[in-house]
Amino acid sequence: MIKIIVGRLLQLIPVLWIILTLTFFMSKEVPGGPFSAERQATPEVIARLNAYYGLDKPLWEQYLGYLGKLARFDLGPSYTYQSESVNEVIARSFPISLQIGTLAFCIAAVFGITAGVIAAANKNRLWDYLPMSFSMLGICLPTFVLGPILALLFGLVLRLAPVSGWHGLNYVPFHPMIMPAVTLGLFYAAYIARLTRGGMLDILSQDFIRTARAKGVPDHQIILKHALRGGLLPVVAFLGPAFAGLLSGSFVVEKVFNVPGIGQEFIKSVFNRDYPLVLGTVAFFGILIVVFNLASDILQALMDPKSRK
Amino acid sequence: MPLLEVENLRTYFYTRAGVIRAVNDVSFSVGEGETLGIVGESGSGKSVSCYSILGLIPKPPGKIVSGHAIFDGVDLLNCPEKQLRRIRGKRISMIFQDPMTSLNPYMRISDQIVEPLLVHEKVSRSEAFAKAIAGLREVGIQDAASRINLYPHQFSGGMRQRIMIAMALISRPQILIADEPTTALDVTVQAQILELINQRQKDLGTAVIFITHDLGVVASFCKNVNVMYAGRIVESASTDEIFGHPMHPYNAALQQSIPALHKKGELLFTIPGLPPDLAMDLPGCPFAPRCPHATDICKDQSPSLTEIVPSHRTACTRFQRGEISNLRINETAPAL
Ligand SMILES: Nc1ncnc2c1ncn2[C@@H]1O[C@H](COP(=O)(O)OP(=O)(O)OP(=O)(O)O)[C@@H](O)[C@H]1O
Ligand SMILES: [Mg+2]
Repeated sequence: MIKIIVGRLLQLIPVLWIILTLTFFMSKEVPGGPFSAERQATPEVIARLNAYYGLDKPLWEQYLGYLGKLARFDLGPSYTYQSESVNEVIARSFPISLQIGTLAFCIAAVFGITAGVIAAANKNRLWDYLPMSFSMLGICLPTFVLGPILALLFGLVLRLAPVSGWHGLNYVPFHPMIMPAVTLGLFYAAYIARLTRGGMLDILSQDFIRTARAKGVPDHQIILKHALRGGLLPVVAFLGPAFAGLLSGSFVVEKVFNVPGIGQEFIKSVFNRDYPLVLGTVAFFGILIVVFNLASDILQALMDPKSRK
Repeated sequence: MPLLEVENLRTYFYTRAGVIRAVNDVSFSVGEGETLGIVGESGSGKSVSCYSILGLIPKPPGKIVSGHAIFDGVDLLNCPEKQLRRIRGKRISMIFQDPMTSLNPYMRISDQIVEPLLVHEKVSRSEAFAKAIAGLREVGIQDAASRINLYPHQFSGGMRQRIMIAMALISRPQILIADEPTTALDVTVQAQILELINQRQKDLGTAVIFITHDLGVVASFCKNVNVMYAGRIVESASTDEIFGHPMHPYNAALQQSIPALHKKGELLFTIPGLPPDLAMDLPGCPFAPRCPHATDICKDQSPSLTEIVPSHRTACTRFQRGEISNLRINETAPAL
């Protein structure tokens, strides 16, 4: 087990290298440069800036330089935030996305799994149709529609939460991270509900469930003791990538609620041609995805006795 | 008074293809400690009739359309779910055809074996575990105390069926329903499992309803036999009578198609045609299209299961009328 985990973590290195190499050359291919947006800058200023950041050197030299710094865990300077390094930008913005993403993940997992289990236990009855219609809605409703609706309802009408913003807004009753988290988590909750229902129905149709019923086991114990573990396996496979996705923030949600998270930083860095920030966030997201996929796999293996030795 | 008396059981499945009359007016009874065999080819309604008794039919599409199953004064088909659940696994247990899929792969066998005790009786976990280990020893599993903590996939098919038997008998039920418990096992293991069920039945005085499509198993094992065809019982008698004096052409044909019961040199017999589509409304005798003795009356008149001699019932109209008596289908092997 430990061997497998270490092996998978070592795989991170080639995976990250491929991602970064592709991103590096692709971002350089895109027309425009980091300083072309600053219209006031004279050509001499731009030339000096390019020289300062080494952008006048040949591409391969820039590439090797970047990898060299990366090996020392230095993601380089940010072009947009002149006083901050990329490491600092991530360290500043990620905790915000981490809080929102974790809350969104908890909402998604708790509500999604509960709804899916209830739906499966009541197959083709009201308590199946009801949660499943909601989940269809959750899947179809884009965050840029849901976000403003929630902001209107809870922020302006009910005045329970701040409409937007993050710093200095810790007022009761709702913390500013709640509405972005709900907006972000709803899609995942809906998707997890469907996955859970499918997984549970699959297990509930198996022979061993009939055996349990023949033993006189009550229905709720059949669901919780006999079906849940197997029924959640496909859900667990999804939870890892879902958590990684949620932690990497969402440009739309962060924009709607004006939250300075890593999702916004990433999109802005692309528009600003802030190459080091683009590469840094991409590498960071890559690590998140690999690590949480691995977490999913480990959890799955722990849940399935057949895969254990 | 029999231990379990099933009367006029009808179980239908309402599917897109139509109404499947899987069990169509079936009546039988089992006495204390007795062994009843239910034989018939695949799809004849053997499993469904027993699942119906224990409320294990998936509803929908299944529905018990009519009938009673009286067990100790309780009608299992028309009692509250809670009452039925108290009987299931406690006083009537069941083992299934495929021991590979009938045990929960995600649970230790210890937790599965003790479940009937924990669900139905006020016992502590340690008491239940002690009983489970004893139960495993009784079905011939060595090292029961250590192997009880394993998962099903760590056992072979035969071992799993032993575990199923230990689990079904742990609460000392009055009836054990065994739904083709040996079909999925290889021949040597089959004999061991049959012997084990036989032995445990003698030890505990449990009545057994033994479902099989193998007449040979019935011969060695059961006191009484129901022969089922297309959702109905077509003949019912003691084992001796079933083999000694078959009164339904289907039973006779079945016997002639068993290699082991066959005279040397005689051509192995196969019943021509296929069982009827249960979604069709069948007027007359369901076996008529395949029956060498059938006449017009068989196609028109719906037969009823009637006692000819004490405890021997047949649903063959012509036999009831005394029109046929020797049901052997004469086919001689080509001279070698
Ligand atoms: N869930 C279901 N939905 C629809 N039809 C069903 C269902 N379960 C059983 N049936 C039908 O009921 C009929 C009787 O099935 P049953 O399982 O009792 O047969 P069987 O005699 O036990 O056969 P086998 O030897 O194959 O186990 C079959 O024709 C089958 O198609
Ligand atoms: Mg069957």
